[in-house]
Amino acid sequence: MSLLEVDHLSKRFGGVVAVDDCTLAIPGGGITGLIGPNGSGKTTIFNLITGFIAKDQGRITFKSQLIDGLGPDRVYERGIGRTFQLARIFPRLTALENLLVPVRRRGLRALFSRAARSDERSRAMEMLDFLEISHVAGALGGSLSYGQRKLLELGAVMMAEPELVLLDEPAGGVNPALLERIADRLRTLNSRGTTFLIVEHNMSFVMNLCSEVIVLHRGRQIASGKPEAVRSDAAVLDAYLGA
Amino acid sequence: MSRLPDVRILKGVGMLALLAFALALPAIAPDSATTNMAVFTLMYVGLATAWNIMGGYTGYISLGHAGFFGFGSYSLGLILARLGIEGGYTPFLFVPVAGVLTGLLAVGVGWFALRTRAATFVIVTIAFMFMLQLLAENLIGLTGGGAGLAFPAPPWRGDFYNIPFYYTMLVLALLALAISWWIRRSKFGLGLLAIRDDEDKALAVGVPAVAFKLTAFVVSAALVGMIGGVYGYYVTYIYPQFVIDPLIGISMVLMVFLGGLGTIGGPVLGALILEPAQLWLAYNFGASRLYLVLYASVFLLVILLMPRGIIPSVRELLAKRQAALAAREGLTP
Repeated sequence: MSLLEVDHLSKRFGGVVAVDDCTLAIPGGGITGLIGPNGSGKTTIFNLITGFIAKDQGRITFKSQLIDGLGPDRVYERGIGRTFQLARIFPRLTALENLLVPVRRRGLRALFSRAARSDERSRAMEMLDFLEISHVAGALGGSLSYGQRKLLELGAVMMAEPELVLLDEPAGGVNPALLERIADRLRTLNSRGTTFLIVEHNMSFVMNLCSEVIVLHRGRQIASGKPEAVRSDAAVLDAYLGA
Repeated sequence: MSRLPDVRILKGVGMLALLAFALALPAIAPDSATTNMAVFTLMYVGLATAWNIMGGYTGYISLGHAGFFGFGSYSLGLILARLGIEGGYTPFLFVPVAGVLTGLLAVGVGWFALRTRAATFVIVTIAFMFMLQLLAENLIGLTGGGAGLAFPAPPWRGDFYNIPFYYTMLVLALLALAISWWIRRSKFGLGLLAIRDDEDKALAVGVPAVAFKLTAFVVSAALVGMIGGVYGYYVTYIYPQFVIDPLIGISMVLMVFLGGLGTIGGPVLGALILEPAQLWLAYNFGASRLYLVLYASVFLLVILLMPRGIIPSVRELLAKRQAALAAREGLTP
């Protein structure tokens, strides 16, 4: 049974078909890459799964429960976190506060609890340590370097322990040394039980990290399987090279 | 490292001294001119603090809070008139009712207004305020229209007249401050600040933005409504154009911007500077509305020199000095 299932999903923006009757299945426990040429609908699928935009047709189920129609906060509550193409953090909050923002419980408890309960605070510090950015815990998010922001964004999304995390171009704009650190942290988090779905253009990053790769073209899945198999798939080569 | 507790102790002592001064003020300067100024200053401390809960923490700038001020004022006036309550201390007991009614109105207004963001939200709040003003002018059977609405006359005379209002405004200002402080240190408050920074990102990490914004809006409006109620009883006669006055709303905003948007102490500082200055101008230059020139000048200066307000700017300056000092000490063998 797949953790996330996208079934005949469609989305149009005016006359442009961004996602066209797309069907995907993301197995639990792995790191799956979602690749495709520019405009193939990768980020639109992320936005549809996480409730940022409404679908035109189709179904999205997570842990066998329908999640389409839920808002982004409700989707996060169900256990799906995400990051954005350009790292987004809260610039006027400190790095530590950035990690304390995530809420996965609702109602009055979310309102009345203290912002920095000691257990949550120590978990946030552990996360900063794990990402090797604990030295900037007290610095404002806006003053951090782009690489630190990328790591902080990953840390924030992991704070509420989501079962599935969608990463939108985690390697974008990141230097090779940091890229290796990000890949290493993702492997560790994956070994602790988090499933990842990654949109990425850096092919060597995807091929080294992912256990499964899905290829999109013009809003549809055209191939899926092990990285080495996908790499030599004729339809994939055709989509990328435009042959 | 040892500096942090010192600052905390200084802050605590400063706040206690300020509270002691506020409690003792009517005994120190009992004349009605001073206590009248103090009533209005405390009124704006409460209003600015309440406005900051919405505008400062979430970044949603409401220019229509004067609508809630007027609604609270009319609510209390109408309750007192319908129940036939006479002047004295009893009307103060109904102030929370005015707050609840204003809060209920804010649920309805917020439900629609908070579907918009940024400049659109500002315009929606202004439109709401003018709609309410028009309603107050035209629902003559209910509000008295342009002829105004009378409150029961307070029975106190001479210098004592202002004292009950002074302490009621003090209680409301302290209530607004306590709520603001609690929100700032809660998970809810952190969620509001996250919404201010990036609402979509906040949603992506589970912050229920609609519920959080609406709660802040309602709490803010209810506090403003209660203060509006006490104001109505203080001035004993209210008119739509004077209690649903855009200048009241703009004053709250300006005080918060001057003191420091999104801080706890900023609105207090802003109100303590601007309201006495405005009243001083009114006493010395009559009802010439010269204070509007002061407001415009202050607004320009704040935007140009301290766009984040006094408290954040001073805090930043101190942090820079401390960092420079530490660096210099580090270089010393």
